[in-house]
Amino acid sequence: MAETRYINGIQQALLEEMADDSTIRVMGEDVTFGGPFGATKGLVEAYGESRVINTPISEATIVGMAVGAAITGLRPVLEIMFVDFITLGMDQLVNHAAKLHYMTGGQLEVPLTIRATCGVGGGYGAHHSQSLEAWFSHVPGLKVVAPYTPADAKALLKSSIRDNNTVLFLEHRGLYWTRGEELAEHEQVALGEAVVRRAGKDITILGVSKMVGTALKAAEQLAEHGIEAEVIDPRTLAPLDLDTIVSSVKRTGHLVIAHEAVETGGIGAEIAARVQEAAFNELAAPVMRVGAPFSPVPTSIALEKEFVPGPEQVIEAVRRSIAYNRVA
Amino acid sequence: MLPKLSGEQVLEQLRLAIVIRRFEEELIKLAGSRDIGHFHVYIGQEMTGVPALYLLERGDLSFTTHRNHGHLLARGVPASQMYAEILGKETGMMGGRGGTLHLCSMEHGFPTTSSAVGGATPLATGAAFGFQRLGQDRVSVCLFGDGALEEGSWHESINIAAMEKLPVIYLCENNSLEALGQKAGEYPSSTLAAVDLIDLVTPFGVPTIQIDGCDAGAVHAAMGEALHRARSGGGATFIEARTVRWPGNRPIWPELSTGETNFAMAWDSSLVPTEYREWHAEQDAVLRFIREILAEGLIEPEAILAMDAEVSAEMKEAVEFALASNYPPAAAAMEKVLA
Repeated sequence: MAETRYINGIQQALLEEMADDSTIRVMGEDVTFGGPFGATKGLVEAYGESRVINTPISEATIVGMAVGAAITGLRPVLEIMFVDFITLGMDQLVNHAAKLHYMTGGQLEVPLTIRATCGVGGGYGAHHSQSLEAWFSHVPGLKVVAPYTPADAKALLKSSIRDNNTVLFLEHRGLYWTRGEELAEHEQVALGEAVVRRAGKDITILGVSKMVGTALKAAEQLAEHGIEAEVIDPRTLAPLDLDTIVSSVKRTGHLVIAHEAVETGGIGAEIAARVQEAAFNELAAPVMRVGAPFSPVPTSIALEKEFVPGPEQVIEAVRRSIAYNRVA
Repeated sequence: MLPKLSGEQVLEQLRLAIVIRRFEEELIKLAGSRDIGHFHVYIGQEMTGVPALYLLERGDLSFTTHRNHGHLLARGVPASQMYAEILGKETGMMGGRGGTLHLCSMEHGFPTTSSAVGGATPLATGAAFGFQRLGQDRVSVCLFGDGALEEGSWHESINIAAMEKLPVIYLCENNSLEALGQKAGEYPSSTLAAVDLIDLVTPFGVPTIQIDGCDAGAVHAAMGEALHRARSGGGATFIEARTVRWPGNRPIWPELSTGETNFAMAWDSSLVPTEYREWHAEQDAVLRFIREILAEGLIEPEAILAMDAEVSAEMKEAVEFALASNYPPAAAAMEKVLA
């Protein structure tokens, strides 16, 4: 199977979906130039400026504008350059996009995909590096997607665009140039389906977005010491595929959740709570979380390294889980 | 000034204005006997909403704000369904999921009410963008009060509308002026440094029209001009319709401080009470509209009273319908979260 990069998976999904559906409009700041990382490169050449639209630097309005356009029958794919900037558009996202279907008693649908770069890397600092998936997952009416592989980036972006809800599509900047197998022709991935990236019997490690890679690295090192970890990539955080996670945990009896967002109030807390409700008796230890410390993202490359949890922290959590003595 | 329409159409507008007035009065009375939550009434602004929205066509969309009842009624949304929605009953337009603050009826061109002040401007701008890019000959209308101009998204929206020449009409109902304590020619807006609201629009190059929102003819002419511009590819228009704030809107909870409207005051000044004399004699836009209609001889006073009696009975029936309707079943709370 041929290989491709994550960013090309996104670009391919946009090119292909726009060919299939004339109502799709790609909008955002600098999208005709390809955006800061080139995800929308080639779109304007292929589909022209009537379908690929540069917007002003007005996040509060362009989110709402995309919602209004979606109501009239367009299927907008809005790029928010860095997820940190979506804070300016939260009224339109949380109060309008997420609630319109409900508040109107089903009279409206908002088929809108919002792509946003997230995550730490390259010394971008506190305004360009956050992971805010827990905020979005907290809002009823939104779907939240965080792909890890190039094939998933393509398949899940296609599914997000075809979905009739507002989908937050979170792309980790550190994954853009990673390589992986191309998506097979006609292969689809539905929203809300987790995947087991590595099978194992001793412990379950769930990684979010780029942390799937960290979890896989940790699993390799653990295997050298006779611990076989199962690694789960949830792919979609809302709705969450709890069944896949719980069935793994029921077999291994241990769960470590790793994400790059700050640990406090992160999506890991929610997943941990749901797993312990569903599999308390099968758990041999408390669910362990690995996340960033409770601080803004630092800019210095040296501090960044400290901020983002690596395989060592995941391994440490695994060891704590396995060593845990449960009092009967 | 009366709208330049047939006598029949002018009388149709009168009926709609009376519907709005009686709807709101009944609602305030209803709120006196039970807790129906907070709501905002459109009394005093009828002659902006009715003639402005009268000119819309099927498929045009209006995005409205918390003072929305009059807008929906002006486009023919049944009062019974509106009362039911406001009371949270399953027979409401949205099955009780939205209430007064989120009233909508796509059938009548109202996708939503945004009760976050200024929340509708990006939506209306986006709908205009959609119409334009889909090649549809439709217009998007954004209805808001002067307070929305204090929100940043309004300035962002009009920038985009100007740059893209979008078929959108921003209709600002400036009701910032209290009926009491008004000085001649004074229209200050609540918390804005700008004294003249249209000054905010000028830098964007969007045409502006400033009118007396109690003058039905002026509203009709302004909307006619704005709709023509929007439909002919000329882009956006900003209209400031200046209305006087009804005294009953002064408290946080609306009160029938001026009483239930006696439309006969329009032709019999002896009926005008001393209290709120200025309101009844000069500022009430519906009474003014009736005086203009009578001056043109379009209808006899008795026929207006008959029309009012009919409307009043309809409103009472609509309230009864809503009161008799069921609340939605508990399971409905979890339905339609996702499409």
